[in-house]
Amino acid sequence: MRLKTFPGGVHPHDSKHYSNSVPITSAPLPTRVLIPVSQHIGSPSTPIVKVGDEVQTGQKIAEASGFVSIAQHATISGKITKIERFPHPTGNDQLAIEITGDGEDRWVNLVDEPGFLELSAEELKQRITDAGICGMGGAGFPTHVKLSPPPDKKIDTVILNGVECEPFLTSDHRLMLEHSSEILQGLKVLLKVTGAKQGMIGIEANKPDAIKLFEQLLAKENNISVVPLKLQYPQGAEKQLIYAATRRKVPNKGGLPLAVGVVVQNVATAYAVYEACRYRKPLVERVITISGPIVKKPANYRARIGTIMADLVALSGGASEMIAKIISGGPMMGFAIPTLEAPMSKGSSGLLLFGEKQAHDLAEHDCLRCARCVDVCPLNLMPSIIASSVKYKDLDMAVKAGLNDCMKCGSCAYVCPAHIRLVQWIDTGKMRWADMQRSKEKARKA
Amino acid sequence: MRESLVVTPAPHLHDRTNIPMVMWNVVIALVPALIAAVWFWGIKSLMLTLLGAVAAVVTEALVQKFRKVPVSVADGSAFLTGMLLSFNISVGAPYWLPVVGAAFAIIVGKQVFGGLGNNPVNPALLGRAFLLASWPTLMTDKWVAAKNAAMSGLNDLSLIAADSLQVGFPKAYNLVTGATPLKVAQTLRDSTWISSLSPDQVANKALSLSIFENLFDFGTLRSLFVGNIGGCIGEVSVFALLLGALWLIYKNIIDWRIPSAYLGTVFVIAFFFGGIPGSSLSLGLPFFHLFSGGLMLGAFFMATDYTTTPLTKKGRIIFGVGCGLLTMVIRLVGGYPEGVSYSILFMNVMSPLIDRMTMPKAFGEVKK
Repeated sequence: MRLKTFPGGVHPHDSKHYSNSVPITSAPLPTRVLIPVSQHIGSPSTPIVKVGDEVQTGQKIAEASGFVSIAQHATISGKITKIERFPHPTGNDQLAIEITGDGEDRWVNLVDEPGFLELSAEELKQRITDAGICGMGGAGFPTHVKLSPPPDKKIDTVILNGVECEPFLTSDHRLMLEHSSEILQGLKVLLKVTGAKQGMIGIEANKPDAIKLFEQLLAKENNISVVPLKLQYPQGAEKQLIYAATRRKVPNKGGLPLAVGVVVQNVATAYAVYEACRYRKPLVERVITISGPIVKKPANYRARIGTIMADLVALSGGASEMIAKIISGGPMMGFAIPTLEAPMSKGSSGLLLFGEKQAHDLAEHDCLRCARCVDVCPLNLMPSIIASSVKYKDLDMAVKAGLNDCMKCGSCAYVCPAHIRLVQWIDTGKMRWADMQRSKEKARKA
Repeated sequence: MRESLVVTPAPHLHDRTNIPMVMWNVVIALVPALIAAVWFWGIKSLMLTLLGAVAAVVTEALVQKFRKVPVSVADGSAFLTGMLLSFNISVGAPYWLPVVGAAFAIIVGKQVFGGLGNNPVNPALLGRAFLLASWPTLMTDKWVAAKNAAMSGLNDLSLIAADSLQVGFPKAYNLVTGATPLKVAQTLRDSTWISSLSPDQVANKALSLSIFENLFDFGTLRSLFVGNIGGCIGEVSVFALLLGALWLIYKNIIDWRIPSAYLGTVFVIAFFFGGIPGSSLSLGLPFFHLFSGGLMLGAFFMATDYTTTPLTKKGRIIFGVGCGLLTMVIRLVGGYPEGVSYSILFMNVMSPLIDRMTMPKAFGEVKK
C-alpha cells in the first residue's frame, strides 16, 4: 500500500511507546478545578456566575461573547470560589473561574437519544454550540464556526484528524482504539451538519491497530474511508492533512479549508460531538496523555477540564528525576510552562515532563545558511530569511519570505544546526507586524 | 522540580545536528581523498594538508582572541577550510605555501566578515586565488607525477605532449615532470586552432590529434578515476572523492542539487563542445572533463559550502548550472586550463541575487 503524505516536514522520534499501550483510565474527581475563560481561538467567554454561586457539573458558567467564541461549563459540582487570573496551560496567567468541589459530582440533566442522527442539521449544530466544543487537537477553533460556512461555500468532504503527529501524545490513539464507533457516529453528525458526501479518517502508519480497526468498522460504509498516512511531522496540521488526503491545496494568506470544500475535525472533537448530540453532554472532560522520559507511570487519563496539572502528575507517580521542563501539549508546538499549578483545558492533549537531559537550552549561533529550514518547511517558506529580517527589523522582507503564512510547526527550528530559535523570531515578527498594522490603522483614522 | 524551570519556546525537540557535527563529517568525507594523495604522492601530501589545517585553526583562534569573541575552533570549520585549501595546491609546493594560504583564507576570507556564516565567498577558494595570483609558478608548475606512473602511461603521454609542443610551438611550454591532463588537453587544442599552418605545424596538428585521441582513451579515464595523474593534492582520485561525497549525501549534509546541476552542465557542454572542431574528434568525451581537474572536489565539497550558496531549491540548481557553464567556458575558451575555483567564486558572489530572484511561492499561493 502506498501511503499518502505532504511535501516537506521532519521525522522526530515518535516516542509513543511510553503510553500507547496504556488504556484510558478515569482520573479521580478533582476537588478543585480552574476553568479558563479562554480555551479557544476567538474572544474569551463571559462569566455568568459570581463568587459564592453553587454549580452543578455541566452547568454553563460562561457564555460565548460573540460568534467566534464558545460557552464554558462547570466540570465538577460545588461552589465558585474565585474569578481571577490564574496560571494558564499556554504559559501566561489568564482569567479563570475556580470551582471548589463538593465531592458529589451532581450533574445537570442529561438525556439519551439513540436516534440522535435523525435530528435536523440545525438541531445537531445547536447541540454542538451548546456543549461549548472547540477543536481539541490544540488550536481550539470553535467547532460550530467551522460548521457554519458561508452559503456560497459548498462542503463536500469532512476529514477526521487522527494523525496525532506530535511525538509522545497518545490520547487520540487510545480514544480511536477504545471509542471507534462513537467517533464514527460523531463523524456522521459532522457529515449531516455540513451536507458533505464524503468522510475520511486520516491516521498515520505508526497506529496500525487503529487503521485496522476503522477499516473493519467502515467495511459497510460506502462514503467513509480510512486514509493511512506516512509518518511525517506536521501531518496533523490542517493544510498538510487536507493535501495528503485529497491533494487539494488550501490557499495561503489566511485561506480556510472551506475554500477547497473541506472541514477538518480532530477525532477527540468528533467524540465530543457525539456525546453532545446524543446526551446533550457539554464538553467537561477529555483524554490527556501524561508522558515524558522521566514520568514514572506514563498514562492516558480521562480527566475533567480544569484539573490541576500537578494532580495528574501525582496520579502518574511523579517524576523519576528532577523536572527541568514542563510542556503543555506536544513537544513540537506545545508550551513550556513555569508551573504545574496550571489547569488542563479543552485543547490539552498532553502534559510532558522533561529532565535535565532533554531540556536542552542551546545557544544560538549565526546562521550558516545551510538551508535545512528551507528544505523542511511544509509551507515552502524561507524561515531563516524571516528570522534574520525580523532581527534586523526589515518586516517587509520578512513578509515576503512568508512571515504571515507560517503556522509555527517548528520543523525549521527542529533541524537548525545553529540552534536558531526560528519560531521565536517568527513569533516576534508576527507581533511586530500586528502592531505595525494597528498603528497604521490608527494613523488612517486620525 | 528544578529551582528555575527551563521555559523556552517550542519546539522542545531537536534533531541534534549541530555545527561541529556538520564540519567534522565533511573532514571525514575528505579522508579517502587524502589517503589517495598519500598513496600516489607520498607522505608529503599529508604534511602539506595538516600544515594548512593547523595554520587555519591557529589563525582563527588568534583572530578570535584579538576580536574578543569566543574561540570556536573546535567546531571544525577552520580545520576544514585549511584542509580544503591545502587540497588545492600541488604536492610539489613548498611547506610555507599552505600556511600562508590558510592564514589568508581565515583572515580575509572569513574573520573580517564576522566569522562562520557571514563570509560572502568560499574562504578556501579565496585562499587559493590569492596563492595563484601571488605565486603563480609555485601553484601551476610544480606538478608532480604520480608514483606508480607505469600503471597508466598517462605521464608518458604528458611528456610526449610536452616534447612535441616544445619542438613545434612558438611558445615554449615549460612542463615539468608531468602536466595535468587538462593542461595537456588545452595545449593540444590551442595547437589545432592556428589558422594558417606551415608544413611543420600540419604535422604537429596530426600529432596533437593523435595524442588527443589517447587522452580520451579509456585507459586515461581509468587513471583519472583512480587517481594516477598529476594535479592538486585533493583532486587526485575521483573515486576517493566520490566515496566522501556519497557519505555526505547519505548523512544529509550536502544537498544533491548543486553537484548534480554542476556536473550535468559540464557533461552536456563537454559532450558538444569538448572536442576539436573540424576533426574526427568533433564531439568531446564528457567523462574526461568530469574526472579531471578539481571538478569533483569543487562540485561536492566547495560548491556545496552552506554559507556561500543559495538558500532556495531553485537557486541551488541555478548556482550549479552557472558553475558548470563558467567552468567549461574557462576550460574551453579561456587561457587557463582549470576553471572550477573561479567559477565557484563568481557564483558565490551571485548567491544573494539568485536567492532574491528565486523566492519560493508559499504552499497554496494564490495566483494573481
